[in-house]
Amino acid sequence: MTTQLPLPDGLADLPPGAPGTTAPPSGRRTGWRAVLPTWTPKLAIGLGLVAAVALFGLLGPLLAGDPNTIRNIGLTGPSGDHWLGTTQTGQDVLDQLTRATRGSLQIGLFVGVLATALSALVGVVGGYAGGLVDEAFSLLSNVMLVIPGLPLVIVISGFVPAEQRGSWTVVLVLALTGWASAARVLRAQTLSVRNRDYVAAAKVAGEKPWRVICVEILPNLLPVLASQFVFSVVAAILSEAGLSFLGLGASNSSTLGTMLYFAQNGFALQRDAWWWFVPPGLIIAALGCGLALVNLSLDEIINPRLRRPGRRRNTPEKADRSPNHAVRSTAA
Amino acid sequence: MTTLEVRDLVKEFTLRSGLRRSTLRAVHKVTFTLVPGRTVAVVGASGSGKSTVARMIARLEKPTSGTITALGPDGEPVRDRAYRDHVQMVFQDPFASLNPFHSIEHHLARPLLLHGRAEGREEVREQAAQLLERVNLPTALMDRRPHELSGGQRQRVAIARALAPGAQVIVADEPVSMLDVSSRLGVLNLLARLQQEDRLAVLYITHDLATARHFSDDILVMNRGRIVERGPADAVILDPHHPYTRTLAAAAPNPELRGRLRSAEPEPKAATDRDHLTYDHDAGRWIDIDADQPAAA
Repeated sequence: MTTQLPLPDGLADLPPGAPGTTAPPSGRRTGWRAVLPTWTPKLAIGLGLVAAVALFGLLGPLLAGDPNTIRNIGLTGPSGDHWLGTTQTGQDVLDQLTRATRGSLQIGLFVGVLATALSALVGVVGGYAGGLVDEAFSLLSNVMLVIPGLPLVIVISGFVPAEQRGSWTVVLVLALTGWASAARVLRAQTLSVRNRDYVAAAKVAGEKPWRVICVEILPNLLPVLASQFVFSVVAAILSEAGLSFLGLGASNSSTLGTMLYFAQNGFALQRDAWWWFVPPGLIIAALGCGLALVNLSLDEIINPRLRRPGRRRNTPEKADRSPNHAVRSTAA
Repeated sequence: MTTLEVRDLVKEFTLRSGLRRSTLRAVHKVTFTLVPGRTVAVVGASGSGKSTVARMIARLEKPTSGTITALGPDGEPVRDRAYRDHVQMVFQDPFASLNPFHSIEHHLARPLLLHGRAEGREEVREQAAQLLERVNLPTALMDRRPHELSGGQRQRVAIARALAPGAQVIVADEPVSMLDVSSRLGVLNLLARLQQEDRLAVLYITHDLATARHFSDDILVMNRGRIVERGPADAVILDPHHPYTRTLAAAAPNPELRGRLRSAEPEPKAATDRDHLTYDHDAGRWIDIDADQPAAA
């Protein structure tokens, strides 16, 4: 490069802040902000539901009495003393509900973290490494996908003796059966990200493979990770409830599923004791609904085509499309 | 000062369609030398293998055969681990080559830290600021993210990143083809200035004959994986010998011919038996790289 061409006036290096040097404001959002979804009614309702249930599970047990106190007022309806009535053995349903919500949330959260970590390990490492590692990891996650989840969970839970079946066993079983689909999604996304130029640039700069994965690739997978995490929390809470309802849950813990299990054993349905089985069912429904709504909002980050146009506040009005339209909009 | 020697570089890709396998030779026996203070341009159509050469030099692809050797100032080959201290690359698309998640500082700080050019937060920031100044960017951009910068500014950041390890050999893979026409000249002039200041060896990959002629000393014309013509920039452009180079030169718009009928232009010659030969302007004759001996002229 021996010759330098003269620059035409105005095209020389412009001073900072001069018009033309800054990029036009684009719709693309990056960095940490890209991980946060746009504020939509869907997201607001979802977060509201999740927050309400979480607060109930978090603070409720502090305010409630002992859920195991047995009274001689079995199966009475809601009243001033017992807002949600009592069970067959006179235990307060509200007290039980707070404990059960906390237990379900705990299991959901642990399973979510574990399953997401597992899927990230298998999906991202496999997708980045390629070759034999990828083949092996893909085979593993495909096998896990094909195995029907709930029957396997039932078999494993049944295999562990009831007295050893703590909540950690349930968490492990649910995490081990629930990571596969997330791993496939993450693998696909990793395959797309790892061929981008900035990953190549990091390699040229001499970054180590684990650093390329953790620092260059993983942050760009955060929206997918978050969505998969929320999804696995929902799945975990639902399957834990299913397991406990079948009597295969953790033996020493109380969750929404165990509440339903005892309600069913106490013939709550036949005796019209709706206050016993409706509240736990409603909480499961509210939690699942809220998390699903949050997940839908997260999906909009991953797939911008789901975003409906005209949502953004600073969308310029298309007033100049036709003179008629312009007149109308100024008149209005 | 680092010299880069490329000898008989070959790259083959395996194509799989169903059960059948075939190999595609993307680069065939490419040989050239990058000398400090000189720019070599590689010109060719899309798919001619010029980007593959760049990726092999940057060690993103492994050559099927052939050697790429970086010779340090003492004339000794650079060892593998130090290779990336000497050879760096500027990518084509500045919108893809910066990680949208990280700040500009991160992009400059990582190579500085990795290659031991700076230690500690203060020193890294200072050096990153110096790098930004060298590429004519305000240091205030340091905490911005790539999407807040224009294409030209991003490409300057990419150049600064390539300079951060103290590289003496820069491979620029179509550095301006994705930029606005208005910022192209600025980036090219910047590369030319940095090259003169640091006596860098630059491999400038492009499909634009005009900028290749202005900004480089030597031109290699690539077609279908082979170098078909090589020599000083002016000689190759003004006196093309290979039919492919003639086609390329004829494809450039010529203002003097404006208004005349296209058919009045001399038709470029159809493919001849010289397609697989290389015309070397320095030697002044055709060379058959497969035969290792001069071909009949």
